[in-house]
Amino acid sequence: MVLHYNPTEFEVKRIKFSVFSPEMIRSLSKTKITVPDTYDDDGYPIEGGLMDQRLGVIDPGLKCKTCGGDSKHCPGHFGHVDLVRPVIHPHFAKDIYKVLNNVCHECGAYVGSRKKCPECGAKKEKVVWEKPVTFYVGEKELLPTEIMEILEKVKDADMEKLGYDPMYSRPEWFVLTALLVPPVRMRPSITLESGEKSEDDLTHKLVEIIRVNEKLEANINAGAPQLIIEDLWKLLQYHVITYFDNETANIPPARHRSGRPLKTIAQRLKGKEGRFRYNLSGKRVNFSARTVISPDPMISIDEVGVPKAIAEVLTVPVPVTEWNKREIIEYIERDEYPRVLYVIRPDGRHIKVTPTSRESILENIGVGWIAERQLKDGDLVLFNRQPSLHRISMMGHLVKVLPGKTFRINPTVTPPYNADFDGDEMNLHAIQTEEARVEAYELTKVDKQILSPRHGKALIKPNEDHITGLYLLTRDDAKLDAQEAARLLYLAGITELPKPDIDKKYYSGKLIFSLLLPPNINVKVEGKMSKRVVIKDSKLVEGVLDEKVVDHAILEQVFMKHGPDITRNFLNNITKVGLEYMTTHGFSVSLKDYMVSEKARVKIEKILDDMDKEIEKLINGYKNKTLQKSPGMTLKQTVETTIMMITSKTRDASGAIIRESFGKHNPSIVMASIGARGSILNAIQMSAIVGQQAIRNKRPHRGYYKRTLPFFEPGDLRGRARGFVYGHFSHGLEVDEFFHHAMAGRDSIVNKGIRTARSGYMQRRLINALQDFVVVDDYTVRDAKDRIVQFVYGGDKRDPMFSAVEEYIELPKEDDVDTATR
Amino acid sequence: MKRFYITPGEAAGIVAAQSIGEPGTQMTMRTFHYAGVAEQVPTGLPRLMELVDVKKVPKKPLVEIHFKKEYAKSKKKVEELMKKIEAVHLGDIGKAVENLEKRRILIKLNEKVLKSLDLTIDDVLKGIKTTGKKSKKKQYIIIKFDTDDLKKLRRHYIKIKDTLVRGVKGITNAVIVEENGEYYIKAKGHNIADIVKLKEVDATRVFTNSIKDIEALFGVEAARSALLREIKQVLYMQKLYVDIRHIMLLADAMTFRGKVMNIGRHGLAGHKASVLARAAFEETVKHLTIAAAKGEVDLLRGVSENIIVGKTVPIGTGRILLEFTPPKEE
Repeated sequence: MVLHYNPTEFEVKRIKFSVFSPEMIRSLSKTKITVPDTYDDDGYPIEGGLMDQRLGVIDPGLKCKTCGGDSKHCPGHFGHVDLVRPVIHPHFAKDIYKVLNNVCHECGAYVGSRKKCPECGAKKEKVVWEKPVTFYVGEKELLPTEIMEILEKVKDADMEKLGYDPMYSRPEWFVLTALLVPPVRMRPSITLESGEKSEDDLTHKLVEIIRVNEKLEANINAGAPQLIIEDLWKLLQYHVITYFDNETANIPPARHRSGRPLKTIAQRLKGKEGRFRYNLSGKRVNFSARTVISPDPMISIDEVGVPKAIAEVLTVPVPVTEWNKREIIEYIERDEYPRVLYVIRPDGRHIKVTPTSRESILENIGVGWIAERQLKDGDLVLFNRQPSLHRISMMGHLVKVLPGKTFRINPTVTPPYNADFDGDEMNLHAIQTEEARVEAYELTKVDKQILSPRHGKALIKPNEDHITGLYLLTRDDAKLDAQEAARLLYLAGITELPKPDIDKKYYSGKLIFSLLLPPNINVKVEGKMSKRVVIKDSKLVEGVLDEKVVDHAILEQVFMKHGPDITRNFLNNITKVGLEYMTTHGFSVSLKDYMVSEKARVKIEKILDDMDKEIEKLINGYKNKTLQKSPGMTLKQTVETTIMMITSKTRDASGAIIRESFGKHNPSIVMASIGARGSILNAIQMSAIVGQQAIRNKRPHRGYYKRTLPFFEPGDLRGRARGFVYGHFSHGLEVDEFFHHAMAGRDSIVNKGIRTARSGYMQRRLINALQDFVVVDDYTVRDAKDRIVQFVYGGDKRDPMFSAVEEYIELPKEDDVDTATR
Repeated sequence: MKRFYITPGEAAGIVAAQSIGEPGTQMTMRTFHYAGVAEQVPTGLPRLMELVDVKKVPKKPLVEIHFKKEYAKSKKKVEELMKKIEAVHLGDIGKAVENLEKRRILIKLNEKVLKSLDLTIDDVLKGIKTTGKKSKKKQYIIIKFDTDDLKKLRRHYIKIKDTLVRGVKGITNAVIVEENGEYYIKAKGHNIADIVKLKEVDATRVFTNSIKDIEALFGVEAARSALLREIKQVLYMQKLYVDIRHIMLLADAMTFRGKVMNIGRHGLAGHKASVLARAAFEETVKHLTIAAAKGEVDLLRGVSENIIVGKTVPIGTGRILLEFTPPKEE
């Protein structure tokens, strides 16, 4: 038996699951456990007890009595307990039940659905299973000994019919005669501060099993009455059940002295915090860092600003070669920041670089050594924000060491992470192997993720102020003098001024923008602010930019035609230039911008009046039952839905008035129109009407007797009484309006919580169901058993990320859909 | 152009699952008013979950029934057909009372309702299927039994009470819709098996939002199309655009085994080849004990199980090996 093995020398090819036979348990066991105790009074492990040193050691310095290894090398060994009377393994009770109902109790032959045994002719017995582990034939209870006798008679030849492989699991093994005792490693004791030792839950359970087992044996040997023996037997069975699973139905859970239920084997494996999901499917990693994020629009989208304090701790392994030896030696010799922290000798030993060790390291270092260098500018790292809902929640960034204590990212890359800067934290992982680095670079780097794999549209794109800036810049009235033009262009790395295009002296904003465009870009679309936006051969000749034009017409085209590198630079340039232009020209809102003209105020009051009248009419129609029912609805529902329609119509109508009153140049309206930020609704709520508040998509109606708040008459169905807010935010809400608004606000928060929980679970299930499906070399999609799920991926082999490609590039026709393979 | 092809090795399943699951957080839970037919039809997240769970019958089952050309153009004919299709139960048109003493069941019909539905007492009489002796008297129908077994009488009563007088079982709240000069019916219900039996119905264009019913009647391929259509509709309705290839993969995954499988523990995820993958998902202990009893072998060919044992996952770059031929030294 290999006891001191190096796991990297072996590869797990397959895992066979099977049931241990009592013989197997005894041969696996290094010692028989007979003493229901752990340590003696001197704190020394009792021989034959649960902490027997033949089960392996965990205290450093001690040697294992089985393999001789110390705590680092000894993997631990199993022991066993011989049970005086057999007990049923609770997890196999269902299997036992099935076998008992399918075999002859006399000779063990397979009976199946027949009434009589085909071999011995005995009548087939009907077994009733009372959960968890009691079996009856008629009124008589089958004792585990009797069950074992029956199961032992089942022939290997009949096993296939029962669904078992007799080599690996025979039904009588489902009844335990020997219990495997796990190594101490699996159930370590902890020493409390007071010096008191506290045992693991499993150890506690095993102590009780052994104690009862001992007592049972003593009683049998003493010839105690059958009744007492059976009681003890049942008790032993109880302890074994709870040892395996302390949440078995119909069984009171075994408890700790404090009243806390014990965590036994099943509890260790199960659920979110169990061994499988917590430790096996998710593993902790080294070389990672986490801190708050904050924005820095001046760094590139594919960079991440790393605090120096973090860069000093994280390291990257650099193999020493003939070509970089001198460079590495320099890093080792340094005392300050970018230096080598550790070196790894060819034999795998880590050596810390200290003033004392430095000399000998420098003397010996050569090819084959690895230097662990601090993170520095230009290193590629993985950057992530939870919840990692899609693959772009983790992308490759280039390190840029910056002062401060937060990670810095360009706000343009926040959408894929769904990040903001209100205290969000993100994780960073320093890449440790060359292979991983190449993969991270080629597959995960930010500039390769500009298009979303979900729909092929740009996900990393200018937003909010970038759009406003570009809009202001490309307006027809944007006129820049040489100095300003030079400053903007310099931001984009352009150091030569073109010829002025206005009065031989000034530069148009359109010209500046055109200079940022890569070659060969042509656009002709309808804009939000101008009828046509025309870019001809990378020159903006007509129209102003807005959100839609920038990402869907320009950005995606740039990516398709020029690829990640140029698109990244383009994005960096236009966002920087946009922001700079906006900053220097000013763009802001003030309370004044939300003041409504007297004329508009009258109009708004008028439509509110009209609404009230309309609702009044409706309510009257409802009260004297003259109202026409809508199909499939009760009268009450008809009133409610009609009122909801009227109220939303009213708010929309006020939108037109606001738009007219505010004019085109109101900053709030500008932002909404070009798609930079907010919508007209925000302007309406701030300056005209907040509108109908809703709870579960209905008008609020509960709270007090036939009304929502005590101010109203019971049964009042009018707008105000049912959550319509006539006021606006700049004026402030009335008390009743305030309450209704708060109610709707609470409702939306509750809703959001429910939604995230539900959609998270659905996402987990979706991923679990689809995770093994992969496109193979012949473009079929296969599952883990190599079964074909799709004959041609997506019907046309096309990558969804580039699904919009023909909008920008003309593809050869015959390649569009592969009809031959279909 | 090869450049825009999917890359072999791509974890298409995971990308599809993420693409459909990720917008879930942005989805509203709003219900949608389906003109006249059903009050509130689930849309958004609840409906998407209903679809991937493949509920036996959706919360609000709906049917769309198109007719053959010769009927579809005329509103009148379609109105006639609607009467034939919409289910009318005895309870809708009258009240049944049992008289145990006289061993009979008395049904009082509402003449107004009868008229509005274009039914006569004879129609109703014909519709009632029973072993008792039927007779009518004004707006009453009397059914006499010559049995002394009151239990039996009670059973007859219950059966008669739910008699389907006219129409297709389970199809209610029908409305006529006009589209492109054609009239068709939208209604509550999912009993398409009986609808296609009507000769006036264009069976090629009968639709329901109940995936299970489509599978039962038209087969898996139709179920796949229905899933595709429904999932797409749910997402696009809220302007959450997901490339159709992702939805196709999900629909194919749910149907490629020859029957519609849901994505949960009783479906795709619960039938994975790997013991470890199943144990890591849900019902850990159950999967482990079954595997032990059966002597199952885990071949470690999926993603989860390789993460568990600490190997490279067989997806993407994990499927290929690198080879490097160093340049020859002179």
